[in-house]
Amino acid sequence: MLDGRGQVKRRAGLRLWLSAGWLGLLVIVAVFAPWIAPKDPLAQDLFLGRLPPFWVNGAEPGYLLGTDSLGRDVLSRIIFGARIALAVALVAGTVTCVIGAMLGLMAGFLRGWVDLVISRLIDIWMAFPPVLFSILLIAVLGPGLMSIIIAIVVIDWTRFARVVRAEAMAQGAMDYVASARVVGRGRVGTMWREILPNVLPTIVVLLTLEMGIAVIVEAILSFVNLSIATDDPTWGGMIAEGRTSVYQAWWVLVFPLVTLFLTVLAFSQLGEGLKDRFDPVLR
Amino acid sequence: MSFLSVRNLSARVKGGPALLRRVSLDVAAGEVRGLVGESGAGKSMIGKAVLGILPNAVQVTGGEIWLDGVDLLALPVAERRRRIGAMAALIPQDPLTALNPSRRIGGQITDRLVDILGWARARAEARALELLAEVQIADPARVMRAYPHELSGGMRQRILIASAFAAEPKLIVADEPTTALDVTVQKQILKLIAGMQAKHGTALLFVTHDLGVVSKVCQRLSVLYGGMVVEDAAVRDFFAAPRHAYSAALLAATPKYTDPMASLTPVPEAVIAAVQAEVAAYDGGAHG
Repeated sequence: MLDGRGQVKRRAGLRLWLSAGWLGLLVIVAVFAPWIAPKDPLAQDLFLGRLPPFWVNGAEPGYLLGTDSLGRDVLSRIIFGARIALAVALVAGTVTCVIGAMLGLMAGFLRGWVDLVISRLIDIWMAFPPVLFSILLIAVLGPGLMSIIIAIVVIDWTRFARVVRAEAMAQGAMDYVASARVVGRGRVGTMWREILPNVLPTIVVLLTLEMGIAVIVEAILSFVNLSIATDDPTWGGMIAEGRTSVYQAWWVLVFPLVTLFLTVLAFSQLGEGLKDRFDPVLR
Repeated sequence: MSFLSVRNLSARVKGGPALLRRVSLDVAAGEVRGLVGESGAGKSMIGKAVLGILPNAVQVTGGEIWLDGVDLLALPVAERRRRIGAMAALIPQDPLTALNPSRRIGGQITDRLVDILGWARARAEARALELLAEVQIADPARVMRAYPHELSGGMRQRILIASAFAAEPKLIVADEPTTALDVTVQKQILKLIAGMQAKHGTALLFVTHDLGVVSKVCQRLSVLYGGMVVEDAAVRDFFAAPRHAYSAALLAATPKYTDPMASLTPVPEAVIAAVQAEVAAYDGGAHG
């Protein structure tokens, strides 16, 4: 009998909407930053330094979230910071995902010497302490957006490779794979058509997590001043700057921190929400 | 020569113990041969070897598998795949894992026709509908569009049977096709397989541990122990008078439907010791 599972309408899920909404807002803000941002994020005005946010006494109209010690508008800097954060999340996340998932898929399904090589590589790779590794990489490559992306890809592909490898191995042991082989489909064809679609839900979840991680890594590197030119607004750079004057001007630290937190949370919740919605079997 | 002829097939776990010890058996065109034995006897391995889907860790160490007059083991891999794909099919053990969960049923059945026979998609789809009706699925058009998780185990096994017969193979390996199903469905599925086999005239290698099933669907059977064929007989003769002490004990161990409360008779230890001695003697002879 056909049972009812096909007809169950799943609740669209509050977390999917909230997380997608926040990220959507962030994308719009990032794309239209020059038009949305109330001030120039780089413009300094030492007479307007450390202005509090609008609801606190002594606030200046036009500086909604206050200013930092150099008199730069915090809101505008967060808005322009979103550009870098999202660019890193999308590009680094996707590239890491493609490379890691490919290697994991090959190792898990083809096994044999391919698995041997890739698995040993993963083991060796994971023995490096990631933060030091990335700082070393940036030191060699020189700071800049490109270097951050490369550093994230180089460090984090193992995360995908390991999980996808395990999943591909589990799928490869199923009878439907044996059936496909009897029909005469080659190993590579089987990998693409039979295994990949079943590993895809896992990959999507990992991808969104990875985007969140990429945002954090970028912030960490900015925090230790190894990201982009120090003038350019990045969330991590703002947090680092805000830390030095947290007792006099807490808002310089808190607002970018909250934005960062919400963004990383939104990425991970987006993954969970998508999985609930699109996984046909709900494993 | 028979349609399928396995000659002295030996296999072992790479760097490990032997799994098959010079197994020989024949399946004539249109014949049903049962392959029985306890778990670990190597019955599934024979089926997998014939279809060329042995696990990576298992290695064939000798022998021949003749399918329609060609020794499969002597062919290059790609050629072997093509021959097996064109002539043989599998009815797998566990219907719950034997369909790809992320693809619709229709595509999974028509794949065979499009890939093996090179049919046009529309024609393959018409044929798939016909096959689904043949395995007594109500509303085939709807099932074609369903995903596997929307269907019950018995229904999925019917689909797998339809799919196995789709390309009109000359040989089907049924690897314990009823083991994962509950008893009421088992009976229907057995009847269905037997009916389809008779209608299409397909040779069938029926792997099972259930002698009751063998008596219903098979014409000949091979009894395996420790990767060795201990008896090869016509089903009628076997149930009348098994020749080997181990197969006689196995037959005696089958629960009786007429007296379900009677205690089960295990295979006597003396018989197991004797057959194990045979296996050991074989191993000694092979290496000595």
